[in-house]
Amino acid sequence: MSYVGAGVALVIVLPFAAAVTGMAFGKQRLLAQRIAVTGTGLALVLAISVGVAVWGGDREISSWGTIPTGWVPIEIATRADPLSLTLAVMVAAVAFAVQVYSTSYLGRDPRYGSYAALVSLFTSAMLLVVLADDLIILLVGWEIMGICSALLIGHYWELPEARAAAVKAFIVTHLGDMGLLIGFFVLGDLAGSFQVSVIAATVEPSTTLTVGLVLVLCGVAGKSAQVPLHVWLPDAMAGPTPISALIHAATMVAAGVFLVARLYDAYLLAPVAMAVLAVMAAVTMVFAALSALAQDDLKRVLAWSTTSQLAYMLGGLAVGGYSAGLFHLISHAAFKALLFLAAGVIAYAIGTTLLSRMGGLRTEMRRTYWIMTIGLAALVGIPPLAGFFSKESVLSAAEEAALHGGPLPGWAAWLVLLAGLLTVLLTAAYAGRAWLLAFHGHPSEVPAHEPPPAMRLPLYGLSAATIVLGALAFWLPTALDRGVRPAGVQLHWVTTILSLILVAAGGYAAYTAWLREAQRDPAAQLGPARPVFADGMRVDAIYEATVVRPVYALARLVVAGDRYVIHPYVTGSGRVVRSLGRLPGAFQRGKVQQYVTAVLAAVVVLALVGVAVR
Amino acid sequence: MSLAFPLAVSALLFSIGVFGVLARRNAVLLLVSVELMLNAANINLVAFDAWWADALHAGQVLTLFVITIAAAEIGIGLAIVLLVFRARGSSDLDDLGILDERADVPEPIEADIEAPAASEPHEARA
Repeated sequence: MSYVGAGVALVIVLPFAAAVTGMAFGKQRLLAQRIAVTGTGLALVLAISVGVAVWGGDREISSWGTIPTGWVPIEIATRADPLSLTLAVMVAAVAFAVQVYSTSYLGRDPRYGSYAALVSLFTSAMLLVVLADDLIILLVGWEIMGICSALLIGHYWELPEARAAAVKAFIVTHLGDMGLLIGFFVLGDLAGSFQVSVIAATVEPSTTLTVGLVLVLCGVAGKSAQVPLHVWLPDAMAGPTPISALIHAATMVAAGVFLVARLYDAYLLAPVAMAVLAVMAAVTMVFAALSALAQDDLKRVLAWSTTSQLAYMLGGLAVGGYSAGLFHLISHAAFKALLFLAAGVIAYAIGTTLLSRMGGLRTEMRRTYWIMTIGLAALVGIPPLAGFFSKESVLSAAEEAALHGGPLPGWAAWLVLLAGLLTVLLTAAYAGRAWLLAFHGHPSEVPAHEPPPAMRLPLYGLSAATIVLGALAFWLPTALDRGVRPAGVQLHWVTTILSLILVAAGGYAAYTAWLREAQRDPAAQLGPARPVFADGMRVDAIYEATVVRPVYALARLVVAGDRYVIHPYVTGSGRVVRSLGRLPGAFQRGKVQQYVTAVLAAVVVLALVGVAVR
Repeated sequence: MSLAFPLAVSALLFSIGVFGVLARRNAVLLLVSVELMLNAANINLVAFDAWWADALHAGQVLTLFVITIAAAEIGIGLAIVLLVFRARGSSDLDDLGILDERADVPEPIEADIEAPAASEPHEARA
């Protein structure tokens, strides 16, 4: 058992152990806090130390046993390579920050114990997804993440919208998972094994491979909230803000992107699948950015923004920008988690996240203002923050594929490029709008105050990461690629300058609209389109009409079938038996004379029979 | 005299007694009819004893037994009728239906299936 192999297993098991003990001692708040923070912290330290070994050159696939299935066996195997360990460190780091933050944010919550245990379980599951070599083992982690996410969204289950959002998230992601499962079976059948290492080495271009990979994209669309399975993410904001930061910004939704990266060797052989991914990403990017423009709730702006940025990552992967897409994943994790936690601070301070109720927070919450400015600047893509470099590398990869060819058809690359540029404009607009509404303009009525240290420190840490990752722009992607693919981040001047112009244009548009509305909501300039955008282009309404109502009607039909068809058979059989039972009762009326009559009749019959037999 | 005459009388009396038992509404008259049946049996016994004329005179002996038993039985029977009359206020046999099996049949339990709670799906809005 090598150090790396054991380390990887321990990284997965530690948060799981923290989850189990956290559940056991959940009622003792201080102990639960310590268990949660220590478990995640130890996992982080271990992940970093194993990561150092792996970045230094140690690669390992460790197997812990085989499960025979009668078809393709399932190998309980973990994989330690730069991709897994980079993401493992990222997951552990964000999880640790969120756990520390939660000790304060949910400090007085009566269900803190179960919350912290579920977050630890979730961390363990995500680490399993990232470190697994076998697709079915990955699926185990994938599904556990899904259930933890649904349970955590429903943390405030007293609220009907939280309950509804939890069920919605579960159902929508599982719809995608059906395609995912079949896709995995196709891949396993093609390669004779579920292990990614074997699949990558064995598969060849074929229609079956394309079909399998497109099915896997269903699961990616569900988990990473891409059109048409994006509908659960905005509603998931009903959960606690640290959960939004961890699960719905940095880690779980990134699992879809990670899966594409993991199976990249196979995807490179299927341009059709890449084209499908590109179209999905391009549509989602713009769609989500437009929806973010009209939201009233700051958290929903961030949720739609996450959907849009995930589309960026997937678009980057689709055009062949492996390291670009993954770099954007990591930098997005940092600044989006930062933004969500800062939004949590605002919610903690003034009790609401509605932009219409905020204003002028720049003076009252100075530190939060600067932190959120850094986060929004990274989102928009302002140099020298990490967001600028990662976004530019995605756009450059798209330009490269459009002009010089790549692993997907040319038109698809152009689509990603144009959608990406349009989204840069829109991102600057909605981020600018949020910034102006929250921190500038007329002060809100509610007095605000700065948060306690447990909430501030993770914010400082994530801000530092957002800034520092910018500096790592040229080292990190190479580290991700090392030994696997041609390296790095290349910035093309044309797209970079074009996108900076678009950023300025978007920000300016938001600013002038804001001034025109007398420093109230710039989105009012959208006019009649505003409610449609705010409603996510009425996609929810479409799903309700085409899917939800028919299912309810079918359910009512089934109940009616049970009530009016089967139930009468059951009660009818009872009634028949009772009627049959009542028949002899006709002879038992309690009338003595009737009984004697019966005896007499019987005697006469017996006598006649006796005489006849003689 | 041939044996037929007492037997015919006995049969006639027995029939009248059976009719009375089956058709009388008054409990006392029912008991009287039972006595009539017993006495018809007694006539039968004595007639046959006269015809057989055996040494033990079994018929006559049995007749004495029947008379005694009838007396005891009618004493108890009348006592019961008296108590029933005191308790129920009437000795009319048609009114004494407590042991009617039909009244004891319980009604079937109707278990109702609940209608689906939310017939209209509601939207989740943050």
